[in-house]
Amino acid sequence: MLHDKDRIFTNIYGIHDISLKGAQSRGDWDNTKDIVAKGREWIVDEMKASGLRGRGGAGFGTGMKWSFMPKDSPLPSYLVINADEGEPGTCKDREILRAEPQKLIEGALLASVGIGAHACYIYVRGEFYREAEVLQRAIDEAYEAGMVGKNACKSGYDFDIYIHMGAGAYICGEESALIESIEGKKGQPRLKPPFPANCGLYGCPTTVNNVESIAVVPDILRRGGAWFAGIGRENNTGTKLFCVSGSVNNPCTFEEEMGIPMKEMLEKHCGGITGGWNNLKAVIPGGSSVPMMTKSQCDGALMDYDGLREHGSGLGTAAVIVMDQSVDVVRAITRLSAFYKHESCGQCTPCREGTGWMWRMMERICEGNAHIDEIDLLEDVTRRIEGHTICALGDAAAWPIQGLIKQFRGDMEAKILAKAGTHADAAE
Amino acid sequence: MSENTETFAFSAENLDVAKSILAKYPEGREASATMPLLTLAQRQNDNWLPTAAMDVVADMVGLAPIRVYEVATFYTMYNLKPVGKNFVQVCTNISCLIKGSDDVFKVCKKKMGIENGETSSDGLFTLLEVECLGACVNAPMMQINDDFYEDLDAGTTQKVLDALSKGETPAPGSQAGKRVGCQPDGGLTTLKGGA
Repeated sequence: MLHDKDRIFTNIYGIHDISLKGAQSRGDWDNTKDIVAKGREWIVDEMKASGLRGRGGAGFGTGMKWSFMPKDSPLPSYLVINADEGEPGTCKDREILRAEPQKLIEGALLASVGIGAHACYIYVRGEFYREAEVLQRAIDEAYEAGMVGKNACKSGYDFDIYIHMGAGAYICGEESALIESIEGKKGQPRLKPPFPANCGLYGCPTTVNNVESIAVVPDILRRGGAWFAGIGRENNTGTKLFCVSGSVNNPCTFEEEMGIPMKEMLEKHCGGITGGWNNLKAVIPGGSSVPMMTKSQCDGALMDYDGLREHGSGLGTAAVIVMDQSVDVVRAITRLSAFYKHESCGQCTPCREGTGWMWRMMERICEGNAHIDEIDLLEDVTRRIEGHTICALGDAAAWPIQGLIKQFRGDMEAKILAKAGTHADAAE
Repeated sequence: MSENTETFAFSAENLDVAKSILAKYPEGREASATMPLLTLAQRQNDNWLPTAAMDVVADMVGLAPIRVYEVATFYTMYNLKPVGKNFVQVCTNISCLIKGSDDVFKVCKKKMGIENGETSSDGLFTLLEVECLGACVNAPMMQINDDFYEDLDAGTTQKVLDALSKGETPAPGSQAGKRVGCQPDGGLTTLKGGA
């Protein structure tokens, strides 16, 4: 069990002073100059040693990602922070933006040293207007105090940091779409390769990291990679912000140790499932794009990358969406299908057309208007979208439906049979 | 495309803001300012974006107008026609659905006397069903102009809307009266010792 002394986000509820001075009283910006002085290689090595995996959903090693940045590029390098939080169920980065902004700003400086960047753009989703106000005030304070800007923290390192606001497009959470968006275009993902480390923002070397990944950097570098690596399990190290929504008594966000058993986590922090553990129907453990799990899978599941993969799902953003027996899981997934249809950028035909097809078929099933064999047809359609698009939105739209068919086919059939039954009654 | 109004010009104050926006991006990369300038124009223009404003922005960033129209029509937050004084966006995505966004939406429709996507005849409300707004542990929720109203139910939704009808600005955040942010309602389970 994680103790408060090992928690990074000690003001995640915004209860204490959010200002620079308040953040400093909690240890932020403590001797940052010395960490900068240790240099790029030391920072990357320490991040690798920490085992931190990207907190935006894909879980790629952060230190490894930084090491891909070229060391001798004639072009400027950029750090881009992804604060386009929009994966249904996910609301953890919002809390960092509005309650722990100095951790993000300090992390941005240290990460920039690690990748050789002197400028950082934080891409904040447009709807987070109030959160961006808080972040901008924090950036202004950091500039005034000399923490960032020319000769940041008197380290001799120049570093500028800017907010770029989105304007409502889930797809901009995909890193290359996000880069397109900062360049002033429609947010449509790019083909890879080339990867952003070689050709990113303005064609320059760029690293895109999630808010949480960057905000934990100062603590990792201050306490040491080994400290972070000592929490959780091998290959699944560290602490993590979990946001639990849906059918629990107390939905909330909190920081826990990676690998905590799901049941223990939900009971300890969220007051348990509404109606008790046996009233659990399904859990989506990592934001809308990962497949749902049945109660029996949840019984022994551990909350980390490998632990959830064992059950055919994933940690994703660690947005845990809980559904008790009263929830209509078919309707819930139909709603997600509508979401992906709405958010498809329209670039790839299988996704643009397919998300609409899947949504319409889900609607038919949800209303009971479909035939039973349409479930197999729907499954077949999902396979023609998955893996056939530039970015992962097509996959993300297909997987929840595949998960539903695999785990809760009976619920889908029941809706169809119930409607057919009323038709039969009417015909008599 | 958007409804046309004859002209649009940034205010003197916003011209200064525009300058500071353009300064965020490297020389020759003025196109990056397209989105923030469109947002600035919309905020100046009662929360909607006429074509004339897009043309002004195109001119400022050195893009052909079509490039700016493309951006303005791609991102959902640009309102291409006038909206009500209170732009009410109700999240009905999965976490809000589970926690009762049906009730929230129903109350909104009844109170405003309109359907999804419409504006009330008195111009007080525009209602829109939207995708996840990233406040899922405080579901169900709605965004009204810049503010989030969270932990709603039918009763508190009605209260918020009634206050807006009277010209008041209800306090944003959790409406359940128990918590201010994303902490557990039943009392803290971590960080109990203070910072």
